[in-house]
Parts: sequence; structure tokens; C-alpha cells
Amino acid sequence: MAGVVTRPRPTSILEALRGVRQQAESYQGIWSWIATVDHKRIGMMYGVTAFCFFLLGGVEALLIRLQLTTANGQVLDPDQYNRIFTMHGTTMIFLVVMPLSAAFFNLLVPLMIGARDVAFPRLNAFSYWVFLGGGLLMNASFFTGGNIFQGELGAPDGGWFGYAPLTLNRFSAGEGIDYWAMGLQILGIASMASGFNFVVTILNMRAPGMTLLRMPLFIWMTLATSLLIIFAMPIIAVALFELLFDRLFEANYFNTLVGGRPLLWQHMFWLFGHPEVYILILPAMGIVSEVLPTFSRKPLFGYPFVVFSGIAIAFMSWGVWAHHMYTTGLGTVANSAFGVSTILIAVPTGVKIFNWLGTIWGGSIRLVTPFMFSMGFITMFIIGGLTGVMHSIVPSDYQQQDTYFVVAHFHQVLMGGAIFALFSGIYYWFPKFSGKFLNEKLGQLHFWLMFIGFNLTFQPMMVLGLLGMPRRIYTYEEGLGWEVLNMIATAGAFFIATSVLVFIINVVVSVRSKERAGADPWDGRTLEWSVPSPPPPYDFEEIPEVHTRDEFWHRKYVEDETGRMVPIVAGGALQEEEHEEEHQHIHMPSPSYFPIIAAMGLPLIAAGLIYWEWINMLPLIAVGAAMVVVGIYGWALEPEAE
Amino acid sequence: MSHADALHTSTGLDNRKLLMWLFLASECLFFGSLIGAYLLYRGDHEVPCVAGELSACVFPTDRTINGVEYQGLFDIPFTSVSAFVLLMSSVTMVLALAAIQRGNQRGLLVWLFATAFLGIVFLSGQAFEFTEFNEHGLSLSTNLFGTTFFVLTGFHGAHVTVGVLILLSLWVMAARGRLTQEKSLNVELAGLYWHFVDIVWIAIFTLIYLIQP
Repeated sequence: MAGVVTRPRPTSILEALRGVRQQAESYQGIWSWIATVDHKRIGMMYGVTAFCFFLLGGVEALLIRLQLTTANGQVLDPDQYNRIFTMHGTTMIFLVVMPLSAAFFNLLVPLMIGARDVAFPRLNAFSYWVFLGGGLLMNASFFTGGNIFQGELGAPDGGWFGYAPLTLNRFSAGEGIDYWAMGLQILGIASMASGFNFVVTILNMRAPGMTLLRMPLFIWMTLATSLLIIFAMPIIAVALFELLFDRLFEANYFNTLVGGRPLLWQHMFWLFGHPEVYILILPAMGIVSEVLPTFSRKPLFGYPFVVFSGIAIAFMSWGVWAHHMYTTGLGTVANSAFGVSTILIAVPTGVKIFNWLGTIWGGSIRLVTPFMFSMGFITMFIIGGLTGVMHSIVPSDYQQQDTYFVVAHFHQVLMGGAIFALFSGIYYWFPKFSGKFLNEKLGQLHFWLMFIGFNLTFQPMMVLGLLGMPRRIYTYEEGLGWEVLNMIATAGAFFIATSVLVFIINVVVSVRSKERAGADPWDGRTLEWSVPSPPPPYDFEEIPEVHTRDEFWHRKYVEDETGRMVPIVAGGALQEEEHEEEHQHIHMPSPSYFPIIAAMGLPLIAAGLIYWEWINMLPLIAVGAAMVVVGIYGWALEPEAE
Repeated sequence: MSHADALHTSTGLDNRKLLMWLFLASECLFFGSLIGAYLLYRGDHEVPCVAGELSACVFPTDRTINGVEYQGLFDIPFTSVSAFVLLMSSVTMVLALAAIQRGNQRGLLVWLFATAFLGIVFLSGQAFEFTEFNEHGLSLSTNLFGTTFFVLTGFHGAHVTVGVLILLSLWVMAARGRLTQEKSLNVELAGLYWHFVDIVWIAIFTLIYLIQP
């Protein structure tokens, strides 16, 4: 690998193209990434892209906090503020937490179930490129408001929930909302593509012996999340189509002048939106359920309970959406019913918490960074969950509606929950995919800064909400008693920003360090630790055979007479690396350019549609459509590798 | 291996078939949401009119309001025929699949083409209907009926169009001899999609045309 490849200068276009093709096949150079169908590479691209969006969303959060630090803040004007908080929410949900989860799905699913790749590798690549295109399109809206350097932003201003009719042309002129809706539509395609892919992969491609109830918990949560994505995304797709038809083609879905009803949007948005909340948190729960057993050196406590709680949560998430709409006047019967279902969904969630606590109870715990972040997840998620139960009580929610209490609550579950768990996963699996450890001291510093900063930011918001500070306001008057708490919250936000900086330094330092992590640095339990770090392109030299849950652990340890786990002396786990001869005929799917061609056509079509009334955008739409068609046909007719 | 073999670690369905079933399940939610929006506004459209007066309103069927008779837009016999055509295309689709599974290439060509042709007939009927309605003053922005009707049936038409394109692509492949018996799964998957689109039309036709508010 280290040898320098000298290639003759290409003399014709055809030859150059052939060179590009060779590069893609050879697993080196930029073209090999663009054409890759390797789940690990796609996972890394997902992760890095989502992290860049995380930084962007973080900057937006800091702007919001700067504006609210003092009464009558002057950092942003009201219009800018609306655009920034809309983009902050949309980015963090659709461009950060979902794709970061997708990154873990991609990296881990084949390795954990003992497969060499996902069921549809090219669909997987397509999913990533569509996600990238959708994210870029949505953020391109910033530049449509005039001169961005003079603060003229064109980003959407309707909140991440985009309540129609407030998002119709009449109330939100400009193209911001169009970009938002088109961007979400495209991101939805990306999510659906990966959702289908992972359901098929998990149901069909498990290694021999890997029965459903032997699957690692992360796989279960991936399955549940993917099913939620498959069924929730079409609903928001229709809602967004309706909004777009209203905005671009003068349809009437939400036009109250001819009887369109705002509640239609709200019902459809939240019917998608509440399963979406679990789309965000179930992968995080899966990660925590892998990290805690490893660092407690105990199997997950009550595995079937955790599995079925996860399924119960996914199922019940379809019956709670109207708790976002208590104050819309649905009536007492509807409110009570949704209140009860919301209280009930806390039960399986609580079951999981007790199982995690049961897992670490009596374990021989190692307080390393991944474990710390998982513990951070549990503590913060409990607070978030309990405040959620407070919201389920209708009269109480009437008081909290539209206050900072709600803001504090969902940050508590989505940041204190999802983001903490995702960082736990990053620290846990980083050695597997890079072959290097993340620095432990910097990791601890990152955790504590983030944990303290998080609490400094969001616990004051709880109090602010109870004091009556409304959400989505760009400033407030002096003397309402909100100044000190807002000041603390802003200080906390900068703690969080610092912690993220520490993380970035940590990644740079660690990637450069010479220390190598072995195949199984944490004494892991699941199959991904049985292959070298980083794993070879084909993952497994030999498809493993699974005999038990926590298969890899049981290859390393046996129970002695007293029931204690003792290591197998002859190093049973390492046997695999011995027989080298056999791995010659592993057939991997070949790289393909068609996914990226098809994917990049979509934003072009979307951009064309946004401006169709203004200028003749037909050429742009035609180019986009041609790319999609060429991509799909090329994809379908490409000689198949398998 | 013997012990592990006994345990099911796959559904036994081909990956692509499982994908198609999942996709169709997801499509149910898609059309379900569109139909839901239509049903929500069903019967609403005579009250608020864009121009504010009754004569400017457009009704799907004949009706009398305040003693004035209004003639509806729907031509039920016409649409019934085009619905029948679409249903018959499901029969030819099944025949196409049966042909390829038996290795009957000529039958495959005939029935694939017949299915695509019937699909095109249906689409032409829809295009005619859309233009007709438009000439009578019903557009996407006329009222809630116009909005929900055109978007719902339009999305269905778009699905039929995609289906026709898939069928024609398969036909070209078959004509070039590239769609052989062992690749019958391609036809089966196209068939699953085609039947689904048909079934959706049964629901739409019943809800919009047959059951009037």
C-alpha cells in the first residue's frame, strides 16, 4: 500500500477517464471516495458531513444565545433571528442527528450482523449523495436574501415545524421556505433510501446463527428506526408537497381564504414529527446499549425487555402526536386520550433506563470517555424524559406551551440525550474505524466541559420557561427577571462550544499519534471487534457463525464452575487471523458513479422549480431530470458485480 | 454449520422483492396522506368560493343550490371506462409475468406492450379529463376541490407514468433479448408496483367519483 504508484500522464480524455475508473477501483484517491459503495466509507462521509453541519448549527445556536444574553439585545434583528433559529432547528435535526445516526448504521450494521456489505451498496451511496445535495441546497438559501455580508439573509423563517399558513407566500415572502421545503423533501429521499436498505439488510443478511434475538441491541434499534423512517417520511413528503403546491402553483391546501385549515398541516407535521423524535433517539439508545455492557463487563441487563421496549416505543410513537397540539382546541376527549398515550410511552422508556442501570450495577466499570458520555446520556435523558411527562399533563402543558420550558425539554432529550450518546459512540468506535484511540485526557475534558456547559445552558431555561419567557422571541424587556438566567445560559453555550473545539483538537491529535489500537481495544462483545482495525474492505475474511448473543465475548470467555467468566487461555478469538489462504475469492460490489449522478440531479430540479415563475428555469430542470434518468438507467444496466 | 443452518437468519425473500414490498408499504402512507387531505376537505368546496359567488364555484356532480341547478363536471361513464382499462392492464401484467416464467419470450413482449399500452390509454383519459375540467373553470387554485382533486389524481397519474416507463424499458430489454427467463424477477417487481398503482386507483375512483358527499 505504501509504495508510490507512478502513472503515465493521460494523453486523451478517454484515457483520463480510464485513469479515473482505475482510481475508483483501486481504493485510493478522491475518485475512489466519490464512486465508493463501501458501507464504511459511506458511513465516514456521513459522519464527517454531519459533523460539519453540526458546527454550522452550533454557530447558529451561539448567535441565538448572543442575541438573548441581555435584554434588548442588538446582535440580530428580528428577521435575522427568525431565520437563524429556523435553520438551527432544521440543521440539528435533519442534518446532524439523523445523518450522524445514519453514519453509525452504515459503519456498524454489516459488521455487527456478520455481513460483508449492506443489501444495496449503490442505494447506500445514493442515499449519502442525496443527503449532501439536500443539505447544501437548504443552506444555499442563506445567499438568496441579498448581500449576505450586510446581514441580508434569505434562509427560511418559519421554524423547523414550518406551520402553514404562516409559511405561505403571503406571510413568508422570498424563497427561504421553498428552499426549506425542497431541501427537506430531498433529505427525506435520502432517509427513505437508507431506511429501506437497512431493513432489508437486517432482515435478510444476518450471518448464520444470528437470529433476531441474538442481534446486538444497536441493530434492533436500527431496525426500529428504519421502519419509523419508512412510514413517517411519506407523511411529511405529502405535507411538504402540499405546502409547495400552495407556494409555487397557487393551490389552496392551507389557504384559509377559501377554507383551507391550518390544522391539516399541524396534524400531518406532527404525525410525522413525533415518530421523528424517536427516529432521533432510538439510535442513541442503541449506542448506549452497546457501550454500557462493554465498559461494565456485563451483558446487557434484561436484553429482551430492552428490545421489546424499543419496539413498543416505535409502535406507540404513532399515537402521541397531538400532544404537540393541546392548545389548538382539539377538545378535552382528544387531549385526554393523547395525554394518556403520552404518559404510557414513558413506561417502555423507563424500562430501558432501569435496564441500563441494571447493566452497570455490580459491573467492573471502566470510567473511560465513551462510558462517561453514556452516563451523561442517561442522567440528562432522565431529566428530559421527566419534563416530557410533565408536558403530557394537559393543564400543565397549557402553562408550558410556547415557553422556554419546552425548549429546555427537547434540548435535554435531543442534545443531552442524542448528542451525548452519539459522542459516546464516536469515542467507542473511533479506534475500530481509524485504528487509533481518541486521546483519553482530552476526551474527559471534552465530556466534562460539555456536561457542565450543557447544564449551565439548559437548566436555566427550565426556570426561564416557568417564569414565563416565551420561545421564538428575538428579545425581551429589562426587569422581567430573566437577565441573569439568560446570561448563564449564554455562558453555558460557550462552554459547549469550547468542548467541541477540544473534540476537534482531540481528533487531529489522535489521528496523528503513532499509537495503534488493536482489533479489540475495549474487550468488546459484538462481532465488529473480531475484525482488524480498521476493517478490510470485505469486512470478514470468513462469514462468522453465531452461536449466542454477545458472540465475540463468548469466543473469548467461558464460565468456570463458580459461574465467573474467565478468559479462554489459547486466545480463541484470535484464531481467525491465522488462516490467510482462503480469502482470495471474496467478491465485492464494484464502485459506481451512477448514484452520485442521479443524486445530484435532484437539487437541480428543486432549484429550477423554486424559480420557475421568475425566469425560464426549464433548462436547469431538464439537466437535473436528465441526470436522474441517466443515473437510474446507468445504475440499472451497469453490469452487476454480484 | 448444521445447527446454525436450522435457524432463520433471512426472510427467504429476495432482497429486491423485500425492498419492493417495503417501498409499497411506504407508498400506502404517501397515498393515505393525500387521500386523507382530500377527505378532510370533501364537501367543503361549495361553501367558500374564490370569487365569492356561487356561479363561480365548480362542483364535481350535478346539484341544486337555492333553486339554481348546477351541472357537475364528472363524466362517470367515461372515467369508469378508463378505470376499467387500468384494471385490465393488471391482467395483462400477470400474463406477461406468466410468459417470462415459462420462458415464452414472444408472450412476454406482447403482454408487456399491452400493459404499457393500456397504461398509456388510461393516462390519455386522465389528460383529457384534466383539460376538460380546466376548460370548465376548475384549476388547481379554483377551490379546495380543485386543489385536492388535481394533486391526488395527479400524483397517481405520475405513478402510472413511472410504471409505463418501467414497462417500456423492460420491453426494450426483452426485445433485445436481455430479459431472459432467469431474470423474471424484474418483471415480477414491475408487476408488484403496477398492481399497487392499480389498487390505489380503485380507492381513489371509489372515494372521488363513486361516493359523492
